[in-house]
Amino acid sequence: MTTLPAPLPTFDASTIRKRSGERNITLYAGLTLFALIVLAAVFAPLLTSADPLQQNLLQARLAPGSPGHLLGTDDLGRDVLSRILYGARVDLRVGVLAVVTPLVIGSILGLLCGWWGRWFDTIVMRLVDIVVAFPFYVLVIALVFALGQGTKSIYIAISAVGWVAYCRIVRGQVLVAKEQEYALAARASGLPTWRILLRHLLPNVILQAIVYAMSDIVLSILAIVTLSYLGLGVAPPSPEWGSMIAEGQNSLLTQWYLATIPGLCVVVVGLALALIADGLVNQFNKR
Amino acid sequence: MTAPAQSGPAAPVLEAVDLHVEIPLPMGQLKAVRGVSLSVGAGEAVGLVGESGCGKSITLRALLGLLPVPARVTGGALLLDGVDVLGMAERRRQRALTDAISMVFQDSLTALNPVMRVGDQIAEVPRRRLGMSKAEAHARAVDLMDQVGIPEPEQRYRAYPHQLSGGMRQRICIAIAMSTEPRVILADEPTTALDVTIQAQVLAVIDKLRVERELGLVLVSHDLAVVSQTCSRIYVMYAGRVVEAGQSLPLLTRSEHPYTDALLRSVPDPDATVERLASIPGQPPMLVDVPPGCAFAPRCTFARDVCTADPNPPELEPVSVGGSHTTACVRHQDIDLASGAVSAFVAEKEA
Repeated sequence: MTTLPAPLPTFDASTIRKRSGERNITLYAGLTLFALIVLAAVFAPLLTSADPLQQNLLQARLAPGSPGHLLGTDDLGRDVLSRILYGARVDLRVGVLAVVTPLVIGSILGLLCGWWGRWFDTIVMRLVDIVVAFPFYVLVIALVFALGQGTKSIYIAISAVGWVAYCRIVRGQVLVAKEQEYALAARASGLPTWRILLRHLLPNVILQAIVYAMSDIVLSILAIVTLSYLGLGVAPPSPEWGSMIAEGQNSLLTQWYLATIPGLCVVVVGLALALIADGLVNQFNKR
Repeated sequence: MTAPAQSGPAAPVLEAVDLHVEIPLPMGQLKAVRGVSLSVGAGEAVGLVGESGCGKSITLRALLGLLPVPARVTGGALLLDGVDVLGMAERRRQRALTDAISMVFQDSLTALNPVMRVGDQIAEVPRRRLGMSKAEAHARAVDLMDQVGIPEPEQRYRAYPHQLSGGMRQRICIAIAMSTEPRVILADEPTTALDVTIQAQVLAVIDKLRVERELGLVLVSHDLAVVSQTCSRIYVMYAGRVVEAGQSLPLLTRSEHPYTDALLRSVPDPDATVERLASIPGQPPMLVDVPPGCAFAPRCTFARDVCTADPNPPELEPVSVGGSHTTACVRHQDIDLASGAVSAFVAEKEA
């Protein structure tokens, strides 16, 4: 018998943690930024005393920096800062919820399509083709129109259209992963199918879907902004970034900030999510 | 390295009889395995050699019941302890095969789940299939890691595959294969992706477990040195068929099939002063439209009309009456295959 090798250098769990955790500034910058935005939305009442719905025509159209109104006031004298903060609650909630639902539905269907294939795959993929055949906004607007105005309709509409992307992404990844030897090894050791799917395949295929979800949150925030702009989104006078942009557009030449500030908010949220997505890719590519 | 100890195997644990596997392709049925019969007994190591694409890996996957889609078994029998499992319902067959057989793959990096701690991957089967508690499965995994020669198993339990070296990863794969308490291990080129120095260590681990646990081992390789060191019997495959089979030593020293001989000649001999390494001219046949007779005939220097006269491929027949050494060469009695490469090989083996 050949002798076994001499013991390798000491190897402890802390080196593992250190190695996989270091130098992911992108991820932490994105998470920090997003956390700040979420905290600002959650603690809106503590950050501003102004009521986002309180009109005051005597104090209308104040410029940013006016006493008591850090970001000024709009046409009806409502405090812009407080409308931004309260609007974030609506936009973030819709953005995240309208992504989590399709992420979950699409991933489950994609996993099953990729694993089983056959008739199930054929049916689901044809359904995907049908949904993809329509432009995103045409379908979403038609669905919201049919379901009636409101955030609930927006969730449903975006979910009904959005799952296809996740389904396709996950299915494609599963098709690759299930021929990998670790999937074969899991099958060879006789593990139940649900466990192979959830423990071995899902963690390996979900990253792409999560990265896509990050940009998809921005898309769905843009969708609600667009829908509100078209008058199909959140009913006025509830504060919401899209309707703020729409209202601010009328006075773009005189009070440019009324449309620009909520627009910038969308950009900053997008930036935070893009950083998170990039950071996640970096994090997992190390493995 | 322990010498292959046993000679006459008892009743085989796993046996394939005239196994056929076909893969439907647009241009026709690809006959990947065309009537392979092989067997492995408890504690026995058998080798399966042949060049790329000869059907070694497909045969292994057929033995495991995990053929890649759309390949399927189209004929023959697969006997587990003498019972044909191909006739069983799919679920029962899969259960029977996965209970008895484990597999070790070529590339340990892709054979391990990249996002799961290696220890958890070993503990998974004891926990999920053998019904152990979390602590028992953990202890079991650490014990297995220790048995396959992983130093500091308790610490490495928490490592991810990419944090281990190739040799360590392959040991983890072996530990995973052992975790199901199998009776047969199928090893598909387990050392090809490793350094030569590590190869010997990994083979030693497999061999140790085989002897200790009376495991049947089917070792697939295109490396004759690896197979001859480990296995007591060898099957040589070409174009989806076994062309020669027998005890390792007689087969390698007195090969009775020109293909085996050609394989042996293409092993580099450090002592010979040849300009070029011997190679086999031509390509293996496309298995969609298999030529009549012996599939090796077009590349064989000894081929005559008689080799392709019968449209059916030649069957294995004993080299000597009552012997276990069989060859599928119809001209084996007419040709003399004494070769220099072979004698070098033997010298190495006896050293």
